[in-house]
Amino acid sequence: MSATTQTRPRTQASVPPPRPGQRRARMRIGITRWLFVIPAALFVAVFFGYPVVKNIIMSFQDYTTKTFFTGEAPWVGLGNYIQVFQSSVFATSVVNTALFTAGSIILQFVIGLALALFFRRHFPLSGFLRGLLLLPWLLPLIASSAVWKWLLDQDSGALNQLLGVVGIAPVPWLVSPSLALIAVIGVNVWLGIPFNTTILYSGLQSVPPELYEAGALDGATGFKAFWYITWPSIRSVVSVVIVLGVVYTLKVVDIILGLTGGGPANSTQTLATNAYHQSFINFQFGIGAAVSNVLIVVSFVFAMVYIAISRKAVDE
Amino acid sequence: MSVGLANQTVTATRAITTKRSARVPGPKRGVKGIPLTILGCVFLAIMVFPVYWMVNTSLQATSGAATATWFPFSPTFRGYETAFAQQGQNFLSSMIIGLGTVVLTLAIATPAAYGLARFKMRGTRVFLLVLLITQMIPAIVIANALYTLFNNVGLLNSYIGLILADSAVQVPFAVLLMRAFMESIPPSLVEAALVDGANDFRAFVSIVLPISRNAIVTAALFTFLGAWGDFLIALTLTSTTAVRPITLGIYNYIGSNVTDWGPVMATSVLASLPAAVLLIVAQRYISAGALGGAVK
Repeated sequence: MSATTQTRPRTQASVPPPRPGQRRARMRIGITRWLFVIPAALFVAVFFGYPVVKNIIMSFQDYTTKTFFTGEAPWVGLGNYIQVFQSSVFATSVVNTALFTAGSIILQFVIGLALALFFRRHFPLSGFLRGLLLLPWLLPLIASSAVWKWLLDQDSGALNQLLGVVGIAPVPWLVSPSLALIAVIGVNVWLGIPFNTTILYSGLQSVPPELYEAGALDGATGFKAFWYITWPSIRSVVSVVIVLGVVYTLKVVDIILGLTGGGPANSTQTLATNAYHQSFINFQFGIGAAVSNVLIVVSFVFAMVYIAISRKAVDE
Repeated sequence: MSVGLANQTVTATRAITTKRSARVPGPKRGVKGIPLTILGCVFLAIMVFPVYWMVNTSLQATSGAATATWFPFSPTFRGYETAFAQQGQNFLSSMIIGLGTVVLTLAIATPAAYGLARFKMRGTRVFLLVLLITQMIPAIVIANALYTLFNNVGLLNSYIGLILADSAVQVPFAVLLMRAFMESIPPSLVEAALVDGANDFRAFVSIVLPISRNAIVTAALFTFLGAWGDFLIALTLTSTTAVRPITLGIYNYIGSNVTDWGPVMATSVLASLPAAVLLIVAQRYISAGALGGAVK
């Protein structure tokens, strides 16, 4: 079938129809070509398609550890979702997810852009220093969590020692329910800055220098040059950075589990960690599936908004 | 528009790994730039301090009430001895999982990347869109469903199970990354081979693979680092200590009340080493692979 679609444009010309042998050879080529893609397609179907579908099904079932022994997962309709939406932890998780995502994205974007603009000025060693900025990437996320848990330790952590020098009493960064989310956002911002800086820097590099020269003649320098030349030129890079940032930030689990485990008192519980807790701590797989489906919907809504915006930008 | 996002994603990846020649609005070289260099060092010091602190503490004995000093004045390797004793096996497990994932991911993703780049078949655009969407699916969704599946087929607590699940996460990105490169291979190169009587597989093995070496190395590197750093898959798909990667080892350390940070930081340093070694060794492949300039 694919072979015929492949060759239709050519056979439509006044060329005589291919002999049967030729057609068989073309068919074989078509099948060979499919063989390149089929393993990956099957793999994605089994390891992404199946889990997504299974997750949707599980979210309508009472799926617990008992299911593994009895094989029974009774249907509960919207029961899981109702239970999820009525729980106070879910409400907390939604608020925390919003704060965590917005806080992380805004801060790491602003700092990343500032550093990118700074490093664009090409002073001695700027390339070298910019390269070293990527050093934190060498650490697996969970290792970064370990390091930060140690840095933020209330009694002997480096940050409180440093603050102690200026006379500030030890701050319970990860222990106080009112501070833990701020601390976790801070660590996530630290992780995101190198990515933002690097991508925005490469975006800045692609702004033609002639624009600045022309702008300078018209009196656009400093902030004006940034606002009227730089920002419009890097807008597409900016949207990529922010969309990728949001999609990845919504999924963050490692950092939060490593630093606080979602505590204290659920103050750092997000949708992603909540889904983990429901499934793998409480062994309520049905409820966990319902929470993670909410998370997927949130991601998709954001991606759709992005696509709508970028389409509109193209139309303009 | 879907493919647009794909390209942007890959452009983003390229940007990370690419050194661009400098086009400067106002170059400040020489003595004039020194204050900027100092300021840059300050920014860098703040950003890199946690990494320094990790290495610093890994060389100190911080047990009991003793707190770490700002420099390892009397370095000790006791932390590393403890780390090796407690985490050596986990380190090997991570190595097995990482390498296994690279082999499986490349075996699946490389032909697919070429197929998607070169053959305009029905459904390729849809498949590309699906690959992009997979990037948005949280790993916890995969873990949730795979736990029940693996429980039924006996793949929990096994290397094969973890390698399969890690590859699941890595394959889409590897395909997108390599496809972006393979699209830049001139079709004439492959067509010449086809005219000489080679079939598509022969042409793929003898022409496309050698040309794409840099892109493949880059994909292998990202895949290895992804699998090596994986935490959530291992956390959810293991319930015993039979197969335990080093990320779980670190998590177990910090899950309880830590009194001695030396071994924890030593383990973190060890867990960061493969990334450092690989990036240094593979640097020239990455820049070239990400540039996509092998056939200019």
